[in-house]
Amino acid sequence: MKPFYQHELEDLRTKLILIGEKANEAARLAIDGFLEDDLSKLSQAISLDDAIDELEVEIDQASVRYITLRSPVSSDVRFILVAIKASHDLERAGDEAHNIALRAKNILHQDGRSGDTMTIKQMSQLTCLMMKDAITAFVEKDLELAHAVIQRDKEVNALHKENFKILTIGSADDSETSTSFQKVFISKSIERIADHAKNLAEEVIYLLK
Amino acid sequence: MSTSNPSQTTGGGTPIIKIRNFDFAYGDAQALFDINMDINEKEVTAFIGPSGCGKSTFLRCFNRMNDLIDIARIKAGEIKISDVNIYDKNVDAIELRKHVGMVFQKSNPFPKSIYDNIAYGLRIQGVKKKSELDEVVERCLRDAALWDEVKDRLSESALGMSGGQQQRLCIARALAVRPKILLMDEPCSALDPIATAKVEELIHELKKDYTIVIVTHSMQQAARVSDRTAFFYLGKLIEYGQTDQIFMNPRDPQTEAYISGRFG
Repeated sequence: MKPFYQHELEDLRTKLILIGEKANEAARLAIDGFLEDDLSKLSQAISLDDAIDELEVEIDQASVRYITLRSPVSSDVRFILVAIKASHDLERAGDEAHNIALRAKNILHQDGRSGDTMTIKQMSQLTCLMMKDAITAFVEKDLELAHAVIQRDKEVNALHKENFKILTIGSADDSETSTSFQKVFISKSIERIADHAKNLAEEVIYLLK
Repeated sequence: MSTSNPSQTTGGGTPIIKIRNFDFAYGDAQALFDINMDINEKEVTAFIGPSGCGKSTFLRCFNRMNDLIDIARIKAGEIKISDVNIYDKNVDAIELRKHVGMVFQKSNPFPKSIYDNIAYGLRIQGVKKKSELDEVVERCLRDAALWDEVKDRLSESALGMSGGQQQRLCIARALAVRPKILLMDEPCSALDPIATAKVEELIHELKKDYTIVIVTHSMQQAARVSDRTAFFYLGKLIEYGQTDQIFMNPRDPQTEAYISGRFG
């Protein structure tokens, strides 16, 4: 017998999937905007941030309400804890996407194009896939996929290190140094998005084990 | 305290019970002090508070059950149901109780068959037609989510049912005379968690058609089933509001202390 308030958990689950999709979309738009010199995509990525923030607040409120009014135990209480932690991770991933878009805009305004993007394309493909798979692992309750997401984080970290080495070699030209710094931060933000995807995968494992 | 302006307590619903400046006493001992509140139609309102706070006394005022106690008296104020002062001398208490049904802490089926328990109220009202009685018995048992469990043994004694079934039978019996309001005084305190969940589910279903006022010692139950919650202490209404607000962000420190278990 399911309690009459079961739908509240379903609603929470739907909201969690939605914030995951929006965070992933923001990341994809920000990185594509940077790689393709597309200001429109960058603006779209920036505009998604408010909706992601609002969803995080909604998830927090719904979780606190459920704990207060429904006295959850066992897998329900674990799910609520995961909802709170995962929504925070996804909101932070959204913030990183927002930061990428702002820095890419700065580069485009200064240089007119993104220039050498080093391993960023490769990093972003891996990171967006990690995000997508972490959300799928949550939706499909796929323990194996969650473990696979965690493993991929190392590749992203290695690619970021490569970028860091290249970009921190000093340049005589001040404007070039400034662009390099922006790119280091973009690379770092992508690496952080991958960390949040990894965290989400770990939370899925906690939920399923 | 939200009771200073009763009109604010309904929060957009339609009040069916209006209580104004209500003082109640047992002899010289005053049990309720200056209660002001509105109770909304087709909502579940929960009364919570420590033992002896007056919540059950207050509940029994809504169908004048306290009339049966010699020393009980109203010192001041009024209770209106559908804009009629129920303590007006022209109001018949028996007639009132047809509109305001009650379910008690301990299930109290009559020592009769399941069918006769439901049909009893109608029979004493003069209904004799079998088809009409059959229809009401089925409707009430369905409304009380009991039909599927008992449809093949309607002629068996109600005393042979489980505790949870007996309590739902008492709810079905109360529904037979089509009350507008259903009062429940700790309806689940003698039930196991599964039977409690069934009664709570039933309360949730019944509020589509009935106004329900429930007294409960279980704060989790109040939180789960009610739309609004009123906290009583020492005969006073301390705080009344939406259940979400009362449990998540109570305004009065006494409410906070009580619901957090830090009372006394």
